[in-house]
Amino acid sequence: MTSSAPDAILPEAVLEVRDLKVHFPVMAGAVVRKQVGSVKAVDGVSFNVRRGETLGLVGESGCGKSTTGLAVLKMLDITSGQVVFEGEDISGYDRARMRPIRRRMQMVYQDPFGSLNPRMKVAEIVGEPLEVHGMATDRAVYRERVASLLDMVGLLPDMADRYPHEFSGGQRQRIGIARALALEPSLIICDEPVSALDVSIQAQVVNLFQELQERLGLTYIFIAHDLAVVRHISHRIAVMYLGRIVEIASRGDLYARPLHPYTVALLAAIPIPDPEVEASRPQQIITGEVPSAMRPPPGCRFHTRCPRVMDVCRSVDPPMRDMGDGRAVACHLHGA
Amino acid sequence: MRTGARLMGAPLLSVRNLSTEFRTERGTVKAVDDVSFDLAAGETLAIVGESGSGKSVTAMSILRLIPDPPGRISAGEVVFDGRDLLKLEDHEIRAIRGNRIAMIFQEPMSSLNPSLTIGLQIAEPINLHRKTPWAAAMDMAVELLSRVRLPDARSRVKSYPHQFSGGMRQRAMIAMALACQPQLIIADEPTTALDVTVQAQILALLKEVTRAANSALILITHDLGVVARYADRVCVMYGGRIIEAGPAREIYARPRHPYTIGLMASVPRLDQATGTRLVPIDGQPPNLANLPPGCAFAPRCRNAVDRCRVERPALVRSGPEHLSACHFHDQLSA
Repeated sequence: MTSSAPDAILPEAVLEVRDLKVHFPVMAGAVVRKQVGSVKAVDGVSFNVRRGETLGLVGESGCGKSTTGLAVLKMLDITSGQVVFEGEDISGYDRARMRPIRRRMQMVYQDPFGSLNPRMKVAEIVGEPLEVHGMATDRAVYRERVASLLDMVGLLPDMADRYPHEFSGGQRQRIGIARALALEPSLIICDEPVSALDVSIQAQVVNLFQELQERLGLTYIFIAHDLAVVRHISHRIAVMYLGRIVEIASRGDLYARPLHPYTVALLAAIPIPDPEVEASRPQQIITGEVPSAMRPPPGCRFHTRCPRVMDVCRSVDPPMRDMGDGRAVACHLHGA
Repeated sequence: MRTGARLMGAPLLSVRNLSTEFRTERGTVKAVDDVSFDLAAGETLAIVGESGSGKSVTAMSILRLIPDPPGRISAGEVVFDGRDLLKLEDHEIRAIRGNRIAMIFQEPMSSLNPSLTIGLQIAEPINLHRKTPWAAAMDMAVELLSRVRLPDARSRVKSYPHQFSGGMRQRAMIAMALACQPQLIIADEPTTALDVTVQAQILALLKEVTRAANSALILITHDLGVVARYADRVCVMYGGRIIEAGPAREIYARPRHPYTIGLMASVPRLDQATGTRLVPIDGQPPNLANLPPGCAFAPRCRNAVDRCRVERPALVRSGPEHLSACHFHDQLSA
């Protein structure tokens, strides 16, 4: 079925992002400030997220994955492109018009300490979104709702009156998740939600995300640099490099048949926790580092590090090409 | 001869019953408690653990880099090349640091001097420890930077640390560590702050240069994948103690401690089937200021019985080269 191409507008899409660009101006000059360039943090990104699925956004620093998340929430100004949320084009919305939208789109952050107000009790943190959106008029209903949210994320009722500093990292992340769930959002954007946690705690939180998704039919965008975690939790994965998506595939395809050389490199860079497997794995480590997003290389942005670079890659920017089965890749190796 | 008083067949480094304490508001905390391990020349040992496990403090204690106060090495021996480092005078340990034993930290920016060129910082230990004249030491700095594959090494020696990317700084740190041909390199989470592809580059480089020089490497990490790819032997730490140790292949194939078993089940693997659920370890890592009397892992252990809560298990032999600190090490299966 070719109509499942990532570019096709699907009826069940919660979010559709079309050619999104977020450029930050770079200013210079001590007296007369003028723009001397721009950082193309996100430079033409398209994807959609279907109801009930998890889309993983993965890539290294500067790839634009976090900026994409913030732009979707309209917490950053969009330079160009479209963000269509539940059928509504919110690209041009200002703060006031975003207010009702924000109820349905929530964010879970990396640092569960920095994102929780230290002076508020857990019950207030979790219940605040209800108050802000005028859903806390009946105190009994409100208290019950907060209690059920805490229960949902595996926190005990007596924790409601404690402060964030009394909790461990994993528990704080649970508080952040409970807060995000308070308004029953259609989409939750999770930005590196487990990377600050200890290994043994990461699995607890990853499982919680999955259990909540099954129980509540949640839709996630899961942003992380750890491809093993992203593959585990996501149904589909978009691999980003220097402001672009270079490949989108289902989690199974991405590992079994990666098409873009960067995806191959990213997979090869991640060691598998098994010495026997590692000993027999070919070690294809790519050289170099991610170039500056202020001056991305011409042509394919990955060509400076690509082990399979061809002449055409140095001058022609490869378009995203539909490969069928919901896959798409931007690479001249997979041209027409 | 550089082997000094070391006996034939004796390990390069022998840590015996090492304990390090910190004085805190809530009393004395034993960050490292009775840790022993050996390391042979040319060997890579990974010390694995989560935050608060004592892995970094163990590394810092070897080089006596524990800030005192509040810290104090309260017991043990660190026998390196036949001498107990804990008994050396300050000037003697300084002659070893950065010379015979080099250390690489997680954040290279904090160990590089921002106001000196990279070349000068690499040449300095060569000049200091080896009495090599400055001009020759600077030439060696260029040669070291090309050995760690820093592009354009000859002009890069004149750069300052802020002009380098994270990966380049870590390459410079490795060049600096290699400068005096150390017998041992201790790398504390050397790539945690780096991008995934650069992490792989730096670790492969570290492994390659230590192998070429037959240096021993202690790799401190929380990443079980990194251990599997690079380590010959592993010590797993929990609550300040080693709870399991042995050859890497043996530990991964037949883990003999519920914590190690639990860690392995809780990390997603790229090669595993999708749609499976991770098996997390319940509960939280232990609070060192308030460790339970028995096994530190007992509160989180699914197999714990009364004995585990009262009697602290010793690290005992569980296989030819395999040590485990679990009362039931011979009854466990992963």
